[in-house]
Amino acid sequence: MIKYLVALRDWVDARFPLLQLWNDHLARYYAPKNFNFWYFFGSLALFVLLIQIVTGIWLTMNYKPSAENAFASVEYIMRDVEWGWWIRYMHSTGASAFFIVIYLHMYRAMLYGSYKRPRELLWIIGMLIYFTLMAEAFFGYLLPWGQMSYWGAQVIISLFGALPLVGDELALWIRGDFVVSDVTLNRFFSLHVIAFPLVLCGLVGAHLIALHEVGSNNPDGIEIKDHKDADGVPLDGIPFHPYYTVKDIVGVVVFLIIFCAVVFFQPEMGGYFLEANNFVPADPLKTPEHIAPVWYFTPFYAILRAVPSQFGGVVAMGAATMLFFFLPWLDRSPVKSIRYRGWKYKTALGLFTVSFLALGWLGLQPATTTYTWMARVFSLIYFLFFLLMPFYTASDNDKPVPERVT
Amino acid sequence: MMRARVSVADRGRNSIPSPVTLTLLLLLLLPATPCWPAGTGGDLMRAEVDLSDRKSLQRGARTFVNYCLSCHSASFMRYNRLGRDLNISENVLKENFMFGTDKPGDTMTVALNRREAEKYFGIAVPDLSVTARSRGADWLYTYLMTFYRDPSRPNGVNNLAYEDTAMPHVLWQLQGWQEPVYKEVIHDDGRITREIDHLEVVTEPSDKPEPYRDESYEETVSDLVNFMVYLGEPIKLKRNTIGAWTIVYLLVLLVIVYLLKREYWREIK
Repeated sequence: MIKYLVALRDWVDARFPLLQLWNDHLARYYAPKNFNFWYFFGSLALFVLLIQIVTGIWLTMNYKPSAENAFASVEYIMRDVEWGWWIRYMHSTGASAFFIVIYLHMYRAMLYGSYKRPRELLWIIGMLIYFTLMAEAFFGYLLPWGQMSYWGAQVIISLFGALPLVGDELALWIRGDFVVSDVTLNRFFSLHVIAFPLVLCGLVGAHLIALHEVGSNNPDGIEIKDHKDADGVPLDGIPFHPYYTVKDIVGVVVFLIIFCAVVFFQPEMGGYFLEANNFVPADPLKTPEHIAPVWYFTPFYAILRAVPSQFGGVVAMGAATMLFFFLPWLDRSPVKSIRYRGWKYKTALGLFTVSFLALGWLGLQPATTTYTWMARVFSLIYFLFFLLMPFYTASDNDKPVPERVT
Repeated sequence: MMRARVSVADRGRNSIPSPVTLTLLLLLLLPATPCWPAGTGGDLMRAEVDLSDRKSLQRGARTFVNYCLSCHSASFMRYNRLGRDLNISENVLKENFMFGTDKPGDTMTVALNRREAEKYFGIAVPDLSVTARSRGADWLYTYLMTFYRDPSRPNGVNNLAYEDTAMPHVLWQLQGWQEPVYKEVIHDDGRITREIDHLEVVTEPSDKPEPYRDESYEETVSDLVNFMVYLGEPIKLKRNTIGAWTIVYLLVLLVIVYLLKREYWREIK
């Protein structure tokens, strides 16, 4: 039996670089041996993507993308489709889980300077994934056709209308109608199930290829490729497979325990993963009193509202997301990891973290005077973190970096 | 006390929905403060929801089909699902629960059509399938408890949870009539206004229908709300049990995969 399997493998390998791919990306891809907790989130992001694709395929089998039937078809899935409720909750919880995992994954890069040379392109591809994911989530959120779906989409599309000259035409082009309607729902469905998942998978592939080209960073922020043995294997590197595959499986199981706890016990997550108002069918004639986007967009939404003019707000919101792209060049420190950085970067990152979380919270609240001023202060800190970075990182009292990983 | 609308700013103040905090919430499995739709309620009464109480769900279903289902539909719910989940036999189901149809596979729709309803009540009568999920059990309980006489309204009643509601007090036979007791409130700027302090039953129900004679109105409403929570998400009856077994399985799996990892990593220094 084994003999035949080996023969089959060799037959394929003579016609397709099977062993080479296996070695390049798993068995002889050498990852630093000192990965910590923060390094689980890359493989977890891949795992959540898999959950979203599989559950998405099954949801699509019963979902009806029309204004007339969408809301009812979701309830049909929840009640009449065998295990439909489970598939739907996996998908809705998976959307929020995706953002939690991605935010932690990005934060890891900021802690250990993973965006710095030679990983600039890896970081940029990652940012493109993040943007694609935001679009994917936005399109998907319209599909249940509840009040929040409808008015959330209405508000976000109208932001494009704030752009000078082309704004109104652009908003009309996105909606395909003068208001969010059946036409909008149909095209969002198409974009959500085909266009953006394809782009997402392509970018994830590119992200992995770029990663395996330059090699993983690590909590010490030093290059393991600088110290190799006679065979060219990094001294501080270990093969990804089996060491990190077995380790990441532990991470996946821990993640699944938390994930299933939400899916089975708190699928609405107190109204943050599934909003109460979204159990009311979309009604174009009835605007809800308080429209807030889903939690993963709220930091940027708070920045949008902090700026008095609508156009200025849209620009600020766009800038707040775009600035991440420039991190590799804004950061002038010779040191990558937070472990060996000076007090300036540590303070700046701390303030940024507080601001990001505070803005996320403020974005869920109604815009009272106090809250708006708080949002302004935190937005200012948010932008200063990026804009002053070339200065405070260039003059920081960084510590000496060790030769080998600790 | 109930008239004071919860300011929107108060909602969610105890919870910070940021990525890290959300993760912590996930870890601790603490339900966060619910976000109810804005402007629909004041301080709400607490509803006792217990989906394991099959008898209560059956009584709630009885009230629902007798009183609510005359105007409201629950068009995502099938009668036979109701029978299966609440242990009601098909005969009893057909006899006592199904008035508009004799096919148990049908959904709980009503004869009253949307246009007629708009003529009677001025608004479309909402479907109640998922109302417990959009409004919350506490809101439903408060709403059903706080109808009071208000001659200024077209149908003679008003409500503390839903100001100027279009719905008449359908359950008046079971509750009787309530009237508001006012209090004077002195504001910081010296203005004095009259506000509702609480409601008092002024006319006790004189002729309660047979099955309701032995239970209080609070119990009737409690059962009804309990049923509507079930109606909003029928799988809720089983979801937690399935979840508990899933997590037990995952914990066992965790031990195994952790030992596997430790075995491999023994050689890494």
